[in-house]
Amino acid sequence: MPCVTDTASLPAGAGENLTHNVQPLLHEIRHALAKLLEDGDGTVIDLRSLPLAPGEEQKLLDELDQGEVTAQIQALGPTEIIETRYPGVWVVVHFNNDNEVVGKFIEVCHIPALLCSQQEDIREGLERLSHHLLEATT
Amino acid sequence: MTETELLLWVRGPALQVATVIFLVGVAVRFIEILMLGRQKDLAEARGSALAGGLRTIVTRSVPDRGTIQRSTFNVVAGYVFHVGFFVVLLFFAPHILLFHEVLGLNWPALPTPVIDATTVVTIIALLAVLVHRVLHPVMRFLSRFQDYLAWLVTILPLVTGYLAFHRVGVAPPPTLIAIHILSVELLMVVFPFTKLMHAVTLFMARYYNGAIAGYKGVKS
Amino acid sequence: MSKDETLGEALRQQGISRRGFLKFCAATASMMALPPSMVPAIAAALEKARRPSVIWLSFQECTGCTESLTRSHSPTVEGLIFDVISLDYHHTLQAASGTAAEAARETAIEENYGKYLLIVDGSIPTANPGYSTIAGVSNVDMLKEVAKGAAAIVAVGSCAAFGGIPHAHPNPTGAVSVSDLVKDKPIINVPGCPPIPVVISGVLLHYLTFGAIPELDSLSRPKAYYGQSIHDRCYRRPFYDKGLFAEGFDDEGAKKGWCLYKLGCKGPTTYNACATTKWNAGTSFPIESGHPCLGCSEPDFWDGGGFYKALSMPTEDISRTAVYAIGAGAAAGVALGALNRAKKAKATKAHEKVTINDLEKGN
Repeated sequence: MPCVTDTASLPAGAGENLTHNVQPLLHEIRHALAKLLEDGDGTVIDLRSLPLAPGEEQKLLDELDQGEVTAQIQALGPTEIIETRYPGVWVVVHFNNDNEVVGKFIEVCHIPALLCSQQEDIREGLERLSHHLLEATT
Repeated sequence: MTETELLLWVRGPALQVATVIFLVGVAVRFIEILMLGRQKDLAEARGSALAGGLRTIVTRSVPDRGTIQRSTFNVVAGYVFHVGFFVVLLFFAPHILLFHEVLGLNWPALPTPVIDATTVVTIIALLAVLVHRVLHPVMRFLSRFQDYLAWLVTILPLVTGYLAFHRVGVAPPPTLIAIHILSVELLMVVFPFTKLMHAVTLFMARYYNGAIAGYKGVKS
Repeated sequence: MSKDETLGEALRQQGISRRGFLKFCAATASMMALPPSMVPAIAAALEKARRPSVIWLSFQECTGCTESLTRSHSPTVEGLIFDVISLDYHHTLQAASGTAAEAARETAIEENYGKYLLIVDGSIPTANPGYSTIAGVSNVDMLKEVAKGAAAIVAVGSCAAFGGIPHAHPNPTGAVSVSDLVKDKPIINVPGCPPIPVVISGVLLHYLTFGAIPELDSLSRPKAYYGQSIHDRCYRRPFYDKGLFAEGFDDEGAKKGWCLYKLGCKGPTTYNACATTKWNAGTSFPIESGHPCLGCSEPDFWDGGGFYKALSMPTEDISRTAVYAIGAGAAAGVALGALNRAKKAKATKAHEKVTINDLEKGN
């Protein structure tokens, strides 16, 4: 199973407490959580759009830690969804078929949209099931 | 000419030419003044001319109370832009890199936000002294083309440097840097032939003043 | 996949679920440097998008750009990018060769005239058309011919965008960029040596998604990727601001990960997405690996006066010039001083005292 964490090799001591991206990000998450609680609006942070120093992503993920939910999706390669120890804060990592990371997001929401079954897929599933039952009876 | 070619020319041949004009000009004028010599003082020495001269070079940097009271603005604005100019020139990391390359000397840099703020303050001070020069009837009367030229070539490196650092304007960054370096080269070329030369001659003038007083055994 | 199908239809036919499609859209938004809130809009647009015909021409190049694109990790090229575009001609990647390959190009031009996307990598020699030919056709002629019917042109890599390494001094082949030769078509420059893979595919996806070229800067680069300098987005920037610099590749500063400006980093004048998008599926970028930025996405980066010399540094030996100048100046000063003295002595000698009689005479 691919791992959520990014263990980029880095020189000892590099980036530690020096570039300070982790604290502001945690504050941003805190604001997003407060907003979610108040008006139900979710927030998505694209970790790939931030100039993170070596080790900072790991540090952030360590801070968020793991909570109650871990989910795996198999669609166009695996996707790993983890609820952090702060309910409502999810870490979503998309991989392609070669297990390379193609996207890494922090989603602040009740449930990441991707986990919900999609209308089109449900419709197709319904058709399949009907077809299956029809075949079984005939 | 592409922006890279311009930058290369500015960093290469243009800098060579500017350096030659600057140094030859300063050396010629410095030695010419030295060779004018001083009249021999036939009176008996009552003190050390050398000690008096050296002391005055330093002490004249502190304005006396009378001057401060008479022209507060000149003293304050003048000090701000002089100190600011040298702080920016000597303590901005890329500048130190240049001095290190040319002189082989190295010293620590100031944080860029400090340099940034100093630049702004210096530019404001220089604008203020220009306004003062234009508005003050006596100063306006005394001002010649050369005074405005000296002001212009002093403020240009600060303004262009600020623009290059923040990469503002329509020109691409290498062009902004090229313009900044060109403005400094302009300053170097103009320097020996204008009042800007005071940056060198002030030490001679102060030394002579102090030496005369020191020889007589009085304070200058 | 037929050309008339929309992308949504095509993907569903391949058995890709809606969930998979949404995931693809999320990765695409990230790749296009768009905020995640744009995902629904991207999904809606991609759903209806029709795959464009793409002709890829390679001129004076090293195939590094193609290598880079085929390593574009986010939805893999093999898997998706080339499923969503119809790559009708690419002489390195296509199976056909010789006459058949050139026939494919001609067919694609004919069938999609005015609508196809032209991608170019490599510069074009102008000193002698014979320096680079494909199937006996010179690069200049082929570019002009294919460009005529293109909806837009993407110049991939610094060679196609700015002339690149072939254009470096003394430019023996007279290499020029696409925009030097084609003036009447929209051109998107995607420079870099090579460009970041996801930037190449991101630009293609942007065109596919929105059917228009993205917002460009003064060098025709998409602002989404080339809008900010490496320096402004560099995680080592705080060290620059604090004045903490590595002075060598193995000194204390280098080990502590300090700013590489003094080692010649071109980050301040280089616009690219390396600092955020990073390379090798987001692993790192050159500065993170301890090497200064070369500025490979800027025009003439090869001729910038040295990779290990900061842009503000003199390119010639100023110290020696300074010593000579001071020497010459001192000598000239002494000569002039002597001349002044002689003049003064002469004047003193010629001086005649004025007597009271002289004054009276004057009255």
